[in-house]
Amino acid sequence: MTPALRITGLHFAYPDGREALRGVDLTLAPGERVALLGPNGAGKTTLVLHLNGILHGGAGQVEISGMPVTPGDRKAITEIRRRVGVVFQDPDDQLFMPTVAEDVAFGPANLGVRGDELAARVDEALAAVGMSEHRDHVPHHLSFGQRRRVAVATVLAMRPEILVLDEPSSNLDPASRRELAEIIESLPVTVLMVTHDLPYALELCPRSVILDAGRIVADGPTATLLTDRELMAGHRLELPFGFDPASVPHRH
Amino acid sequence: MAAGHAHPLHLDRESPIHRLSPEVKIVSMLLFTVLVVVTPRTEFAAFGGYALLLAGVAAIARVPPGWLAKRATIELPFVLLAIALPLAGQGERVDWLGLSLSVDGLYGAWNIFAKGTLGVLASLLLAATTTMRDLILGLDRLRCPEVLTQIMTFMLRYIDVLADDARRMRIARLARGYDPRFLWQVKAFAVGVGALFLRSYERGERVYLAMLSRGYTGRLPQTTGGPAPAREWVVSAMLPLATAGIALAAVVLA
Repeated sequence: MTPALRITGLHFAYPDGREALRGVDLTLAPGERVALLGPNGAGKTTLVLHLNGILHGGAGQVEISGMPVTPGDRKAITEIRRRVGVVFQDPDDQLFMPTVAEDVAFGPANLGVRGDELAARVDEALAAVGMSEHRDHVPHHLSFGQRRRVAVATVLAMRPEILVLDEPSSNLDPASRRELAEIIESLPVTVLMVTHDLPYALELCPRSVILDAGRIVADGPTATLLTDRELMAGHRLELPFGFDPASVPHRH
Repeated sequence: MAAGHAHPLHLDRESPIHRLSPEVKIVSMLLFTVLVVVTPRTEFAAFGGYALLLAGVAAIARVPPGWLAKRATIELPFVLLAIALPLAGQGERVDWLGLSLSVDGLYGAWNIFAKGTLGVLASLLLAATTTMRDLILGLDRLRCPEVLTQIMTFMLRYIDVLADDARRMRIARLARGYDPRFLWQVKAFAVGVGALFLRSYERGERVYLAMLSRGYTGRLPQTTGGPAPAREWVVSAMLPLATAGIALAAVVLA
């Protein structure tokens, strides 16, 4: 089966010479949910921006469902950006249109979807995150958790094959955090979730990878990684006080 | 669009004028203002007619006179200027309550006051019956350059975010004992403005990346909703037509 995502030997250095990625290899099977863990500055966001060709120029290759990311080819990159839906950390960065519905329509409209089909996409995406009754609201007047859900909808409306979530649980109250988890679990797509929230990773993702200093340093079942004290300490990963991954019942 | 942009100039009511498409209202308001401005200042009756027309529009739009009057105070600086004209004017003078007033100045003051007030009231009526979002849509449909409408769209979305940022930064300053009472304490405020600019600049970059990720190629997709039907153009043409009628009558009968 063609992997949903295959990264081979990916390198990247910023113009100031700082090396962010030093040979990343990662493969995701279709339908998998994988957490991308790592300390601040490990290169997580840099890696995410490579998945849809926004950053490029180093050695190595990224393939989305068998299609290589070729930043020079405008047509191909549009298709890549349809396949890879990135939900950014700050919903105020993602939601820039005056109303919720217009923002959700932005992505599919860029893909050439128009008229009734566009309206149907917007309805479907808003329904998937339980925000249908807020379609004509101003993003600024929604709660933070609602804005994050709308941000997910803006990407779902493009019918992506891979959903990339950057810190999905940050700044959410526990109820919003749980609601978002339920939404993510209900989606039939491959998920790559960048997070510092280790219990969230354990709850949602059977598999985790640890990125540190621009390399994948560990890849395995989330529970196994989180209980490996030496590995965790070696990469500045710490569990919240009182949280013991071994005591959590297996969900998967 | 019941977008609920809380805006002090917008009055959320149900009325035939609220329901008109924004572009026909913009054109109608613009034509009305131009006609008012080109009317000779001595046609006093014509200006009375214009005022009656606006009163009619306000009544149909269910905008209360008090609401309009309060917001029309933005015109006050110009009225003050107008009051100065008869006192400072040249030429023939008349005596009134012991004041020696210039006739030409009186006409000039009347000119500014009458045309200014009518223009301000017309714009207020447009703003009261049209949301900011719809105004931008209307300008877009009137072929206003896309760069301008895009900038306005972004402003509409981020002005509140920015205001919130500024408010939070101010509260954080106050919480650390900042109590700006004297001019030399303004430095922290100035630095705050600089920080706000940097924040906005960085946010702009992040917004752009997020837009690229959703397939943005430099053009915003066409917004839904077609242009205004001919019926609306006809309905809204009544205001400038009536205005032109009054202007013509005044000039011909004079």
